[in-house]
Amino acid sequence: MKILVAVKRVVDYNVKVRVKSDKSGVETANIKFSMNPFDEIAVEEAVRLKEAGTATEIVAVSVGPQAATETLRTALAMGADRGILVQTEAEIQPLAVAKILKCLAEKEQPGLVLLGKQAIDDDSNQTGQMLAALLGRPQGTFASKLAVADGSVAVTREVDGGLETVALELPAVVTADLRLNEPRYASLPNIMKAKKKPIETVTPEALGVDVAPRLITLSVEEPAKRQAGIKVADVATLVEKLKSEAKVI
Amino acid sequence: MSDRESMAFDVVVVGAGPSGLSTAIRLKQLDPALSVCVIDKGSEVGAHILSGAVFEPRALEELFPDWRERGAPLTVPAGDDRFLLLSEKRARRLPTPPSLRNHGNYIISLAALCRWLAGQAEALGVEIFAGFAASDLLFDADGAVKGVATGDMGVGKDCVPGPNFTPGIELHARQTILAEGCRGSLSKVLSERYDLHAEADPQTYGLGIKELWEIDPALHQPGSITHTIGWPLDAGTYGGSFLYHLDQNQVSVGFVIGLDYRNPYLSPFEEFQRFKSHPAIAPVFAGARRIAYGARAVSEGGLQSLPRLTVPGAVLVGDAAGFLNVAKVKGSHAAMKSGMLAAESVAVLLKGEGREALGYPQVFKESWLWEELRAVRNIRPAFHRGLWLGLAYSAVESGALRGRVPWTLGNHADHPRLKEAPSSRRIDYPRPDGTLRFDRLSSVFISNTHHEENQPSHIKLADPQVPITVNHRRFDSPEQRYCPAGVYEVVGEEPQIRLQINAANCLHCKTCDIKDPTQNITWTVPEGGGGPNYPNM
Repeated sequence: MKILVAVKRVVDYNVKVRVKSDKSGVETANIKFSMNPFDEIAVEEAVRLKEAGTATEIVAVSVGPQAATETLRTALAMGADRGILVQTEAEIQPLAVAKILKCLAEKEQPGLVLLGKQAIDDDSNQTGQMLAALLGRPQGTFASKLAVADGSVAVTREVDGGLETVALELPAVVTADLRLNEPRYASLPNIMKAKKKPIETVTPEALGVDVAPRLITLSVEEPAKRQAGIKVADVATLVEKLKSEAKVI
Repeated sequence: MSDRESMAFDVVVVGAGPSGLSTAIRLKQLDPALSVCVIDKGSEVGAHILSGAVFEPRALEELFPDWRERGAPLTVPAGDDRFLLLSEKRARRLPTPPSLRNHGNYIISLAALCRWLAGQAEALGVEIFAGFAASDLLFDADGAVKGVATGDMGVGKDCVPGPNFTPGIELHARQTILAEGCRGSLSKVLSERYDLHAEADPQTYGLGIKELWEIDPALHQPGSITHTIGWPLDAGTYGGSFLYHLDQNQVSVGFVIGLDYRNPYLSPFEEFQRFKSHPAIAPVFAGARRIAYGARAVSEGGLQSLPRLTVPGAVLVGDAAGFLNVAKVKGSHAAMKSGMLAAESVAVLLKGEGREALGYPQVFKESWLWEELRAVRNIRPAFHRGLWLGLAYSAVESGALRGRVPWTLGNHADHPRLKEAPSSRRIDYPRPDGTLRFDRLSSVFISNTHHEENQPSHIKLADPQVPITVNHRRFDSPEQRYCPAGVYEVVGEEPQIRLQINAANCLHCKTCDIKDPTQNITWTVPEGGGGPNYPNM
């Protein structure tokens, strides 16, 4: 079985993002980027499936600028076999990514498409679901456990208040949640080997996908600063302030 | 550990800063057939790089005469130079000393320059691996350095390998280049093992703390350079500030304090914070926002503190040795040049069977770098007698005499200099206001520092009692004040007080390793990729 894993280049989770002075977005110049952590979990799961003998080939895909090659190299160093960069400088929204992945899935015919449940930059949590719909294939989102059997996969999902296990017929789309696994460190020898693994570059135009944004960002604002706390003298004052100032009781 | 994998290269460089990258580039320029590997503990090249920085392009010019065409990020030519002597309320403009005249230099982000250098190095075939910390030096049976080992990843707090444990690997090399920057942890091990300072003065250091601000475009003057001395430091403490206007409305502001300061109550961080509220400085920050924070120790000893530069199998380059020119408040050009000189000797050495690059100290002595450092060798030690004598001495020596004096003033080690707390004056620092002056934690927050939480502390105490029995009882725990990241905290109540080490806050500045009065603290590398994630510091 072939696995297609989608990986996104995002602002690193250690970076405290700041809004651009013109409020058009967040500052991305001179900032560290890395693979979306949920996508790292998806890659790790694919690599484990390959190590277990369930998967035969892992193809990592990224949509973004030339620099997203670095993200693909990380996936290759973790154990993916080859990469596909869908290169574009344009702002890419989930629907466009889902359409691109649909094209590639039709071409590559993977038994499983693995994605992170969401990217930590826009927190959309849409691509996996849209892709499943476009492909007309079953989806298992927020996966915390995968068990692939002949022609199907049992996906344990993290839902409100518990776990839900669904059985999906393959090919299927699965999105990874935090507890699915703990990704490995890419070792130095594997990073070296990854430099020699193939990465194919295509464009959305060549795939016939219109990536024009359907949503327009009006303004990006920083959260309001938290007011400093105050100390009150006694319970009566507290109750009074909760009534008159905070207006919560 | 014998089950570690190993890889062999001709040359392994520890540290992707200006010195290490220049060494790697020069080696490949001289002999493209050499295999050269550079590792860096930062999560990416530039993540741990912090500098002012006004950059003198002399060494870059020699490394890449066509650096302009290649797009080196030197975009803001140095402009108006001001040298101010501050008192609490006033600023008096002094004649700019010759060493601080910056015509022909550029205001840069050193991290941006390093990222560019890394790209150039990779194009020449250098293998660069960021996120891998060199944790151990490897020695041959005959004591020669045979390479380094990278740290294990995924070891738990209890020192037991966790589920995603990945063992470090051994990188074997015919020559190992230690380019760790000031007070590198492996350079320190090597220096002790080979007694590299036997014929040199002790190294003396400074702590630099820096912030990057985005200021009101109306107040922004690209290229403008200000240096100050005096307030808020007393005349017995060496230090001063820098304030540079970069492009894109950014201002780099920082403060450097000599780590030979005496008063254990002094806090370099708080001195920097209150410096910004000086009436001559504060106006530039009206309506501005702070976007980054960081700190790094620098070597200030100059020529007379330079250790032996070579041992069998390894060389020291850049600030790991201490090539910084403290009179110019610049070290990047010196770091690059030292790396290039080392590369030239190493390339020759690797053509034969020799193990020690003895040509390197010789070519250094014949280079402009030696001339440059020799001319200013007495400036820093002259300030041992205080600001006024230091200023007077350096004005005469660097002005009329240009360093042509028959004597060399000595340096001393920094850690024995602290006076005990009872005989020291407490310093009352103003409280943070959240707009111009900040506290440590909100500052560390924007250094983007991160360490995998579940790992053993990378800050080691030789004796766990000393922080209380010596540091607390005699010096009132100075590590709480000199650490610019709030790593050290004395918690609990007498008699159950103890020192808490918040290693996850660490900015890798190395001050604790330098200033701890009994040298009880040893800074080692944490898991690779840990530490600050500076944007363009």
